[in-house]
Amino acid sequence: MTTTEPRPSTATLDVASVRVTEGGIAQDIRAIKVVMARELIRFRQDKIRIASALVQPVLFIFVLGTALSSVTGRSMPGLSFRTFMFPGVLATSVLFTAVFSAMSIVWDREFGFLREMLVAPVRRGSILVGKALGGALVATLQGVLVLLLAGFVGVPYNPVMILTLLVEIFLLSFTLCAMGLLIAARIQQMQTLMGIMQMILLPLSFLSGALYPVNNLPAWLHTLVMLNPVTYAVHPVRTAVFAHLDAPAATLANINPPLTWMGWHVPTLLQLALVVVLGLAMLAVAIRQFNKAE
Amino acid sequence: MTAPTISGDIAPPDQGPAVVVEGLAKRYGDFEAVKGIDFEVGAGETFGFLGPNGAGKSTTIKMLCTLAKPTGGRARVAGFDVVAQRQLVRRNIGLVFQDPTLDTYLTAAQNLQFHADLYDMDRATVGSRMEQVLQMVGLWDRKDQQVATFSGGMKRRLEIARGLMHSPRVLFLDEPTVGLDPQTRASIWSYIDELRERQNITIFLTTHYMDEAEHCDRIAIMDQGEIRVLDTPEALKAGVGTDRIQITTADDDAAVAALHSVFEMEATRSEGKVTINVAEGERFVPRLFAELGVPIHSVSVARPTLDDVFMSITGRTIRDAEASAGDRLRAATVGFRGGR
Repeated sequence: MTTTEPRPSTATLDVASVRVTEGGIAQDIRAIKVVMARELIRFRQDKIRIASALVQPVLFIFVLGTALSSVTGRSMPGLSFRTFMFPGVLATSVLFTAVFSAMSIVWDREFGFLREMLVAPVRRGSILVGKALGGALVATLQGVLVLLLAGFVGVPYNPVMILTLLVEIFLLSFTLCAMGLLIAARIQQMQTLMGIMQMILLPLSFLSGALYPVNNLPAWLHTLVMLNPVTYAVHPVRTAVFAHLDAPAATLANINPPLTWMGWHVPTLLQLALVVVLGLAMLAVAIRQFNKAE
Repeated sequence: MTAPTISGDIAPPDQGPAVVVEGLAKRYGDFEAVKGIDFEVGAGETFGFLGPNGAGKSTTIKMLCTLAKPTGGRARVAGFDVVAQRQLVRRNIGLVFQDPTLDTYLTAAQNLQFHADLYDMDRATVGSRMEQVLQMVGLWDRKDQQVATFSGGMKRRLEIARGLMHSPRVLFLDEPTVGLDPQTRASIWSYIDELRERQNITIFLTTHYMDEAEHCDRIAIMDQGEIRVLDTPEALKAGVGTDRIQITTADDDAAVAALHSVFEMEATRSEGKVTINVAEGERFVPRLFAELGVPIHSVSVARPTLDDVFMSITGRTIRDAEASAGDRLRAATVGFRGGR
C-alpha cells in the first residue's frame, strides 16, 4: 500500500528490556492500588460531580432543615432541626456517592474500559476489591466536604468525633460500594442504571432514619427501618455527632434512641460489624458474578 | 525476540508456533459456533482471520484470548494452554479490540501506566517502555493529554501502543481499522507493517477489508464454523485460477463471435466492454491481439482479488455477508455511543 503518511519513528523496540514480574499477592495488591488510584483521579477531575454532590446536603440542611425547624421546634427543645439533620445528611450524601462510584463499573462496561481490566492477567477479585475500596475512598472524601459544613449547624470540629465519623463513613461506603457492584454485575446497559439507582437509593436513605428519629414510628415503618442495613451505619454516625453536641441530654436521648432487637440494645460496634460483614458478603457474591461472566 | 521473563517454575517455551489449535470447538446449546478447527500460526507470522459475521471468527478469537471456554479440542497460545494456563496466556498476548477500551478521562500516559500495573510490569522499565511504544505510534508528545481530545485514529494507535506495552509474543488485532477513514487506515497499517519489520512479534488479526488482508503472510477464511481455506494471499488468488480481461473493440459482436470460434471462449458484454476470464491473462493478451481479427481499442487485465477468493469460497462478497448482520448492529452501536 502506498501512503503519504509520515513513517513511524525509527526508535527500536527493545523487547528484552521489559520484564513482567512474578504473580502472587503482591500483584493483586498492585492491581487493587491502581484501580483505586483511577477512581481517585476520576473523582478529582470531575469537579461538577463534586459540586453537585455538595448541592444535595446543602439543600437538605439549609433549605429543608430551616423550613422544617418551624414545625419540629417543639419536639426537640434546645436543638436546631438543622443540627439534628446533619449526621443523617452526611450519611445520605455518602450513600449516594458510594453507590454512584461503584456503579461507574457499568459506565466502564459501556465504554469498553471494563474489558481492559477483565482481560488482564490478574484475578477479577482484585479489580472488584479495588473498585470497592476506591469507591469507598471517594465517598469518604465527599463526606469530608460535607463535614466542613459542620460549623454552620452548630456541630463542633472535634478531632475525635471527626476521626470516628471518617471510619464509620468509610465502612458504610465500602458496604454500599459492594452493593453497587453486586447490582452492576447484572446491569448491561446504562439506561437501566439511573432507574435502578433511584429505585434503590431513595428507599435506602428514606428508611434509614437518616432524616427523622426512629422512635414513635408506626410498627410497619419501624420494621422496615430495622431491616434496612443502612440504619446500622446511620445510627453510629448520629451517635458520634450527638456525643459532642452542646444540647440538653434529654432531648438528645429522645431523638436518638438506641436501636433495639426485641428489647436488646444493639451495641455500636456490633452495628458496624454487621455493616462490614454484609459488605464483605455482597462483595464476595459480586466477585463470583464477574468471574462467571465472559 | 526474547519472550518476557517469567520467574517461577514455568519457563517460557522456546520459539515454537505462536498459536496451535487442535479440534477447537465451541457450542452454545444446540448451535455449533466453531466446529472443531485446526491450524497453526508460526512465530513472527502475520496471520489474517477473515469471514463474515457469525462465521465463528469472533468466538475463535475469544477462545484464543481466554475470554471464552472451548467446549471441545484445545489451543495453545504463546506456548500456553488457553484453559489450563489462562493467566500465562493473558500475560503473553496483547489485545486491541474493535470497540474502544480506553479510559478517555485519563491521559495517554495514565492509560499506559494503568496497563503496566495491571500486567505487573517491572517498575524500572515502565517509563522507557512507555516512551518506546508511544514514539512508535507517534503519540509521545501527546502523552499528557486526555484521551478524550484524541481523534479516532489516535485512539486506535494508542490502543496498539498499549497492547504492545507488556511485550506480548502475540498481538491480537480485532478489526484494527474499522470505522476509520481511508487515510487513517493507511497510517495504522504503516505502523503495523513497521511493527512486523522491527520485531519478531506474531500478529493475529481479523478484518473485513479484503485489501488489508493483503498485508498478511497467510490468511484463513472461516465460514459457518469451519476454516474453508488457509494459505498465502498469492496462493489463494492463484487458486481462483483466472484473470479478468476486458477489451473494447471496433465491433463487439464480431469480437464475441471470434472469441468463441478462435479461442473457444464464452465472452460476456456489458457497458460497452467485452469480458473474458482466462488463466494467466497477461500471457494471453499478445495472442488475443494477433489472432482475434477484430481491431482492439483498449485492453485491461485484472488479477483476481481476495474479494474474488472470498466470493468463490463463501458464495458471497464479504461486504454482503457483513451488511446482512454486522454493519446494522455496528451502526446501531455507534449511533448510541455518539450520544454520549
